[in-house]
This record gives sequence, C-alpha cells and structure tokens, in this order.
Amino acid sequence: MTIKLLLSKIRRIDFEKYGPLFALAILFIISAIASPYFIKTRNLLNILRQVSYTGIIGLGMTFVIISGGIDLSVGSMTALVGGIMILTLNHFGGGVSAILMVLLVGILLGAGAGALNGIIITKGRVAPFIVTLGTMAVYRSLTLYISNAGEFRSNSNLYPELGMGAFLEIPNPVWIFFLLAILCSIILNYTKFGRYVRAVGSNDKVATYSGIRVDRVRFLTYVLVGVMVAVSALLLSSRLNSISSSNAAVNYELDAIAAVIIGGTAMSGGSGTVFGTVIGAIILGIVNNMLNMLGISPYLQGTVKGLVIIGAVLIQKKKKRS
Amino acid sequence: MDPVAEKEIPLLEVKGISKEFSGVRVLDRVSFSLSRGEIFGIIGENGAGKSTLIKIISGIYHPTEGSLLFEGKSVTVRDAETAHKMGINLIPQEFNLIPEMTVSENIFLGKELRNRWFLDKRAMIEKTRSLLEHLRSDIAADARIESLSVAQKQMVEFAKALASESKLLILDEPTTVLTRKEIDILFEIMRQAKQSGVAMIYISHKLKEVKEICDKVMVLRDGKLISIESSEHLGVHDMATKMVGRELSQIFPPKAKPQEDTVLQVRNLSVPNCLEGVSFDLKRGEILGFAGLVGAGRTELAETLIGIRKKSAGTILLNGKEVYVKNPTRAFASGLAYLSEDRQGSGILTAFGITENITLTSLKRYSRFLLKKKEEALKAQEYVRKFDIKAASLKTRLEFFSGGNQQKVSFAKSLDSDPQIILIDEPTRGIDVQAKHEMYRFIHSLVEGGLSCVLISSEMEEVIGMSNRVVVMKEGRITGILTGDQINEEEIMFYATGLKGVA
Repeated sequence: MTIKLLLSKIRRIDFEKYGPLFALAILFIISAIASPYFIKTRNLLNILRQVSYTGIIGLGMTFVIISGGIDLSVGSMTALVGGIMILTLNHFGGGVSAILMVLLVGILLGAGAGALNGIIITKGRVAPFIVTLGTMAVYRSLTLYISNAGEFRSNSNLYPELGMGAFLEIPNPVWIFFLLAILCSIILNYTKFGRYVRAVGSNDKVATYSGIRVDRVRFLTYVLVGVMVAVSALLLSSRLNSISSSNAAVNYELDAIAAVIIGGTAMSGGSGTVFGTVIGAIILGIVNNMLNMLGISPYLQGTVKGLVIIGAVLIQKKKKRS
Repeated sequence: MDPVAEKEIPLLEVKGISKEFSGVRVLDRVSFSLSRGEIFGIIGENGAGKSTLIKIISGIYHPTEGSLLFEGKSVTVRDAETAHKMGINLIPQEFNLIPEMTVSENIFLGKELRNRWFLDKRAMIEKTRSLLEHLRSDIAADARIESLSVAQKQMVEFAKALASESKLLILDEPTTVLTRKEIDILFEIMRQAKQSGVAMIYISHKLKEVKEICDKVMVLRDGKLISIESSEHLGVHDMATKMVGRELSQIFPPKAKPQEDTVLQVRNLSVPNCLEGVSFDLKRGEILGFAGLVGAGRTELAETLIGIRKKSAGTILLNGKEVYVKNPTRAFASGLAYLSEDRQGSGILTAFGITENITLTSLKRYSRFLLKKKEEALKAQEYVRKFDIKAASLKTRLEFFSGGNQQKVSFAKSLDSDPQIILIDEPTRGIDVQAKHEMYRFIHSLVEGGLSCVLISSEMEEVIGMSNRVVVMKEGRITGILTGDQINEEEIMFYATGLKGVA
C-alpha cells in the first residue's frame, strides 16, 4: 500500500520535471515520421536558430514569471534596442570597436528599459501586466518615431557575421542561447538571487518576513529580462543587418511567455526551470517547422500555437489536481 | 398562535451542542436558551469556543452532535443563507462589505429593490437613508465603503442586519473599534432593537460593557459551559475569575535566571491605530512573556520591532545603542529574529524543502557567488537532529509535514541567523502536546545559553510557566508588567481586560 503510494509519488515528480521533455520527444518522433526532411541536420539547426531569439528572452522571462510577474514589453523592447544598436553601429563606423560599442549601449539600454518596468511595478505598486502593457506601446512607438516608421539599416559588412556566422557548424545564436541557458540555470539554482526569486514567487509575505528585500528581487528580474532582450536584439539585428521598426520582433512576448509556460513554469509563480523553457522554445519551433513543411497555411499557425499553449497549461493543471 | 404562548417558547434553544475538529473537541455539550428581546452575553478566553458556537448558530459550521431549536422547531442550519432566511444575522469581527460599492448597494446586496426591469436606486437610497437616520449616523447613503472609517463600517453592518428584519442578531466583538461615544450609540440601538423583540448574542472581551448591556452572561472555558447567570448578580471580577481558574496542567522546565545586562530597551514606541507609548526592557537570558487578549497589539509590537510596521514615535535600543530598523533585513542583521504566529502565512514556504527553508533568512552566509549547498545541507542536518524533525529527506516539501514539524523548521529558520534576541509569537499554536513540550525545552535551553526571548502567547499557562516577567497589553498599550507572585491567571486577566492598570 505505502510502496504503491510512494511509487505513484515518484512517478508524479518525475513527470512534473520531465513532462516537457517527454512532449518534445513525442513531437520529435511524430515529426520525423511525418516528414523525412525534418531530421536533416540543416533543418534541425535551422529550427534551433529560429527559436533562439525568443528563447533567449524566454530565459529572462522565466525569472520574471517564477517571481510572480509578467513582461509584455519584451517584443517592443527588442525592436527599440535593436534599432538603437544599428544607429550606434553606423555612428561609430561599423568596425570591431563599433560592434563592442553596440554591445555596451545595447546591454545598458536593455537593462535600463527593464529597470523602468521594474521601478514602476515595485515603487508604483502597479500590476506588472498593466505596466508592461503600457511600456509595450511606448517602446514600439519610440522605435517608429526614431526611424520615422521606416527601417534601421546598417552600413557595416562586419556586423552580419555575428548573427549569420557559425562555430563548429552550429549557428552563433544557438551557441549563445545554450550558453545563456546554462548560465541562467546556474543563477536560478545555485545563487542567492535564484533562491530569492523562487521564494518571492512562492509566497512574498514569507519572503518579507525572512528578511528578503522582495521589491529588489522583483526589480532585478525585470533588469535581467531586459539584458536578455538586448542579447536577442543584437543577434536579430546582426542577422538581418537591419531592424524594421514596424515588423521586427512583433509578438516576441507571446513566444517567450509561451516557451516558459510550455516548459512547465507555473504562471502563479514559485517554481519553474530554465531547462523547461529551453524545451518549451524548441517545442514551439518544431510545431512551426512542421506546419510549414506540411504546407499548412501560415495564417493557421497562430491557431495551432495557441492550442499548444492552452493544452500545456491544461495538462499542468490536471497534474496538480491528481 | 396567540401572542402569550409565542412569548413563552424560547426563540432559540441550543441543546448539547458539541464540535470536533479533526478529533479535537473544541465545544463540549453546550446548552442554553434565548428569549425574544433578550441580550445574551458570551465570555471566555481565546480558544474557549465562543466563535465556534456562534458559527454553528449562524450556519457556518455544522455541529458534531446536539441540536438547535428555533421558534420551538428543530432546525438544521445548513449554511449562512439558511440562517439568514430564518432571521439569524451575524455581524462579524471582520466586515463583510464590498469596499468598491456604496453603502446602499452593500445594504441591499442580494436583495436589490427593482421597478419592473431596472434597479430602483432611488428607493434603495431612500430606505438606506432612513435606516441610517434611525441609527443616528451621518454616513451618506451613496458613500463608497472604502471611504468610511472602521466605526462607520460597523454602523453599515448594523444597518444591513436591521434592513433584513432580524429575529436574532449575533454581535462578535462589536466595540473593539468603536469610541466610547459610538459605543453609547450602539448600545442605544441595541436597546431599541431589544424593545422591538430582537434577541441578541453579544460576544466581548470587555467585561464592563458585557455587564452594562447584557441580561444574562454565559461563561465558556475550554469548550465547556461554566455558568449562565443574570448579569445583575455577576460582578466583572467574578467573570474574570470564572473565565480562567484552572490548574497548570503542563510541565515546564524550571525558569532560568536572567543575567544583569539589558539587551533590548524599547521606549515610547507608537504606531498609529496600533501601539501607543510602549516601553519595556529585556535582559540577557530572560524570557519576557507578553499576555493579552486578541487584538491587544502584541503581534503588531513584534512586527514593529522587526521593521515590518513603521513606527511613528519611540526608540529601540540594542545593547544600549539606538537602532533604526527600516526593514526585516536590517532587523535580522542587527541580531533580532522572529518566529511568526502565522506559520504558513509568513513563517515557512510550504513549497520548499527543509534545507531551503532553514537557510532562507541566513542565506548570505552560505553564498559566495554560488551557494554552498553542502554546507546548507549539513547545517539543516544538524537542526533535524537537534530538534528531532521527522522527515523522509531534507528535500521533502513542508506541505507534507505535521504542524509540529513545520513549527520546528520555522524555529530552526529563525535561529539560523544567530540572533541575540528572538521574538516568539504563539510558538505552540496548532501543534500537538509532544511537540509543545519539545518547544518549551528548546526555548529554555536557548535562554540558558544567553539568548533573550520575547514570548507572545495567548495560552496563559505557557506565559505563566515560561516567563521571568509578564507584560500585559490591552488595546495597543502596556497595562502592567508583572513579576514573581503577581504572575497568575487572574491577575493577568484583570490587566488584560482593563480592570487593573492603566486603561
């Protein structure tokens, strides 16, 4: 009797942790059967490269959501930071030193934009949803204004090598995505900050009574996601060597949040893994890829993506209840 | 039915009502009856069973055994809605008003007046106005609840109960938030209601008021009925004596002798609506008990000391030096620790394991860029052994723990920051006897080692059995500091109810 109980418990914990991985494995097998082209290395690498932009943002978003928040402004923020990165690049002549300046300016700008969200949320005591809904509009509008609703174009020949290049056959964005994932996983599991993020999301009153500066922890999660946005903006703008003020990074917030949720992080905060978010991002990428290969109308892709997100949450709910 | 006969049948008869919560009997075969136009007082210590009893009458709890007769008929009060329809209305301690809605919208919530299809707002506002006039209140009928003072909200609750033509009104501590003038108005209204035949159950810790307004007084202790007497023949001193009066039934370790030096000095500490001019000293190795009734401001005092509440005046001196505790982080860094009364609400994270809970406050010590998880686990292991915490593993989530084991983890957590002073708030609430004894032993061994302890407890025996001195609080003030032979239940109750000391 007790052994049975124990076994069922073990099974549940395992499923909770590796559920997204199982889902990915099943999806992978189905896709491989559905289309022989799917398991070609080039296609797989392509999928990974495509998901890395929103995946990187999703890494930061994982911290925000675990702490009990949300950030809707990341898409607009990517466009704004990316646009200003290109302006910086052109200003400094497009060489190596210019690219270093781009990195510096971009990270400061991303952190600043995230800090703005964080300050309004913690000091102004406004719901994160509202604040970031507002800054989503603000950041996009600033992007449009600066470029006069046009395109930021780089004059550099060197810059695209960053986003287009590959190391050991694997595209640079994929490398950076995975390296940042490892870094974020270490931050979440092996640092004081990571522990505090989970404590704050789990019960902010207990966190306060434990001497944790809850507001500061929350604030820092928004700064972190801002930095991730800057990295994503760097990779995106260097791949395209331009940023379109109206089209760049549109709906990135949805994909980033979806990756986090599909990865098993609870929307209510308190628990979640970086590993799960990586899996979540890849699942979304494969779904998109399959829909393309099966010749399904691109207009329907949103429907499928939406159903996958809702399905993931429903499964999680069921798990919790059982 | 002719009016004379109707008058002879009691409005409410409670027959042998008992209530158990997971095997623990909190109410034991209580019987009484209540006539129309009678004001019936219920008094007793915290945990005596008063709230449970009125929750049964108003349909929130169901009795384990016993029956209720209303107007001579046996009734089953299924839920609050049933009680409401029968004419039983409870005015709770915590208000049931919707802050965003107006006074009249609240009063007519669920029984809105309509003219054909639409709400008849004018009629509702008119009726509210006349109700409030009757209560001699100047609250505007269209004022939003959130803009009202606490006393005004109380009035609205009263108006709401009157609007639904109650036969039995239950008032749970109605005067805690009222000024004397407002209390007079309330009593006036109660007398009017009494004239028109409404029966009332009145629960209060303020014994003088109970004597003033009630016809009969029932005393409950440990869930048992002690006495029902006419308030004419029952003095307030007798009430207090009846409320306590039991032997010390728990074994406490012998009291340790405090050292000479003072570690904590609190001078004139005030927090608006909460604390007023609180001053006391704490010696090294001393257990300073804090007694008082619910709402006396003891938890609030602890929360102010650790910087969760902002003080408006007063000074806090640690080892003779003034400290400014801006937030808990600062308080814990300067050597204070707090064991919360609300274990699951503010003490521990039920989704975390033992280790992660224990080191949450002291995490800085286990962190240099990365967390030293091995050290954390070793430390947790040490506490598990020392406090005999029973768990499958250090990673088991605390939600699967018993109250006693959770409390031990919570205690370990507040100790891991190596405090000089620990503020312990209701350390044994909701834990079993065995764990209680262990807690007493731990606290005792800690003060012997030179830790100083503020012990807040609503369990008299605990305060008496553990403390070197006892501070009694009432309504945010200290009414007395008792030493030696003065530390007994009666004396504490006199100070706690304001019969002795500065009111």
